Amino acid sequence: MNLHEYQAKELLKKYNVPVQDGFACSTVHEAEDAYRQIKALYGSNFAVVKAQIHAGGRGKGTIKENGINGVKVGKSLEDIQDIAKKILGGTLVTKQTGPHGKVVNKILVAQDMYYDGPHERKEFYLSVLLDRSNGQNVIMYSTEGGMNIEDVAHDTPEKIFKEWVHPSGGLLPFQARKIAFNLGLSGDAFKNCVKFVTNLYNAYIGLDCSMVEINPLFKAADDKIVAVDCKMKLDDNALVRHSDLTSLRDTTEEDPTEVEAGKYNLNFVKLDGNVGCMVNGAGLAMATMDMIKLSGGEPANFLDVGGTANAQTVEAGFKIILKDPNVKAILINIFGGIVRCDRVAQGVIDAYKNLGNINIPIIVRLQGTNAEEAKKLIDESGLKVESAILLSEAASLVKKAVA
Amino acid sequence: MVQGFTGSEGTFHATQMIEYGTGIVGGVTPGKGGTRHLDRPVFNTVADCVKNTGADVSIIFVPPAFAADAIMESAEAGIRLVVCITEGIPTQDMVKVKNYLQAKNTRLVGPNCPGVITAGECKVGIMPGFVFKPGRIGIVSKSGTLTYEAADQVAKAGLGISTAVGIGGDPIIGTTTKEAVELFFSDPGTDAVVMIGEIGGGMEAEAAKWVKENKNKKPVVGFIAGQTAPPGRRMGHAGAIVGGADDTAAAKMKIMSECGIHVVQSPADIGKHMAEVMKK
Repeated sequence: MNLHEYQAKELLKKYNVPVQDGFACSTVHEAEDAYRQIKALYGSNFAVVKAQIHAGGRGKGTIKENGINGVKVGKSLEDIQDIAKKILGGTLVTKQTGPHGKVVNKILVAQDMYYDGPHERKEFYLSVLLDRSNGQNVIMYSTEGGMNIEDVAHDTPEKIFKEWVHPSGGLLPFQARKIAFNLGLSGDAFKNCVKFVTNLYNAYIGLDCSMVEINPLFKAADDKIVAVDCKMKLDDNALVRHSDLTSLRDTTEEDPTEVEAGKYNLNFVKLDGNVGCMVNGAGLAMATMDMIKLSGGEPANFLDVGGTANAQTVEAGFKIILKDPNVKAILINIFGGIVRCDRVAQGVIDAYKNLGNINIPIIVRLQGTNAEEAKKLIDESGLKVESAILLSEAASLVKKAVA
Repeated sequence: MVQGFTGSEGTFHATQMIEYGTGIVGGVTPGKGGTRHLDRPVFNTVADCVKNTGADVSIIFVPPAFAADAIMESAEAGIRLVVCITEGIPTQDMVKVKNYLQAKNTRLVGPNCPGVITAGECKVGIMPGFVFKPGRIGIVSKSGTLTYEAADQVAKAGLGISTAVGIGGDPIIGTTTKEAVELFFSDPGTDAVVMIGEIGGGMEAEAAKWVKENKNKKPVVGFIAGQTAPPGRRMGHAGAIVGGADDTAAAKMKIMSECGIHVVQSPADIGKHMAEVMKK
């Protein structure tokens, strides 16, 4: 589950990780209040307005309607009002959102961290994530902050450091010190960084994150170390033990059909193609999508109906796929193991009849337990449904349907 | 032995395994020790079950929140092979398990997998047994139904299966693709291997490099699911997510081809291609 910056920062505060302070606002009026509070708390006229969407590249991205950037500094109440007005409700297009962009429902009005002081300001990069190759958590960090880390890794790999955390001991004090030394810190900044890294790792473990990324990790002119931005992803499998975090899910950030599919316990991902598919098992579902492409079509979705492909799930699957006007054919691919194919076939027939007029070709491929009986049921149903047993036969039927 | 023996999943699949001929000697459900289930003894702990029955393999059906504990309990009791079927175990729990197993003489298969089957002999898993016709082709796969699909195609092409290992689709799993391929290369009952992977992670590339280093001693036919998957999206399996440039299906297929693996583009061609390779 992805979180917004403002949500992630609230969670980090609970773990004593210093963050750039701010207030999440849904209206211009709230933004005005937030600005007044920040001015009172930090005594600066400057404040930053940051669009809250689940995508990176907000600072360089622009609001479609008026061309303003997704992150903007203001130095008066009038500035903040104007910026908030332009960003809220606007459609932010960044490198990561695609050309459609994402509507901004919330902004974060935050303190300005780039104030003057006795020391040099610096931007670093730091993230905690899982290293799949050895099953350990790793802290990845760099002196090159505020930039796209993939670019840093590509152009100057020697500037990226990794510190693996052994599961039995956790993050050890010497490791946190090593990170602060490698970032070139000394004095108060060094001490603050050690604390920051230690507390951030505790947050990562305590919240069951699958990733937390601080970019930039900022050294202010008074040697404070703070998270200016934070990208946080929670492990969906662990949400059962964090009932307080489930409410942080923002369904407006997700595709509405995907949200609806979730209500039926269907695993659905919307894609841009013209052939819908419904499959049991995630691997076979991906393989089916690949086969659709090789047959000359483009998959319109990923849909895993799971172990129980019955009339209810098939009907729900049909409804969800048929919402997409681009779909020109639907392929149902079920390998019956424990679930019997004739039962699935009956489910398809019942669902088809319940829905009435489906005007696009349906191809049903059932293989496994009772596959022959299932094919017979489909063929004798009188419905406009083509049946297949072999995957290669299904491929040819898809080819014909999209031709 | 079966952990989570008396639950609905445990009961259903234990019954199926017994029918297949698997020598199930008992099970564990904490609190139900001393009773009998499916005509077999139930114990409170894995250690009790091992002591009384001599079990050396365990299959786990306990819910995700307790599955990591169940795996470690088995390892502590000296179980040699643990097959964990459970889907949805929190990742940080598996970080602990992976570390815990390093000091133990226990092989873990899974979690989130269909299990292991030696065709016609023994099934420690949830796969439909009849699909796996006995023969001399090994299968290693991250996916359940795609394993059945491959086994069925292999059978239709006139060949059969020695053993199929479903290693699971999670980011952290016990037995890796490479380890399973290694086992097949040293198995006298296996002549060739079907290796089915999916997007995410680097296990297929690691296995392919190992195959090349071992001079392609046995032919390997490979397929990677997810050629059409968009980057950054989780496709059903928790581990099936393209994170960078080198864990896409195309990148994996390229490395596999370079290592001498017979890569098929279409999942419909796995059986046919294996038959062609075996004719040579």
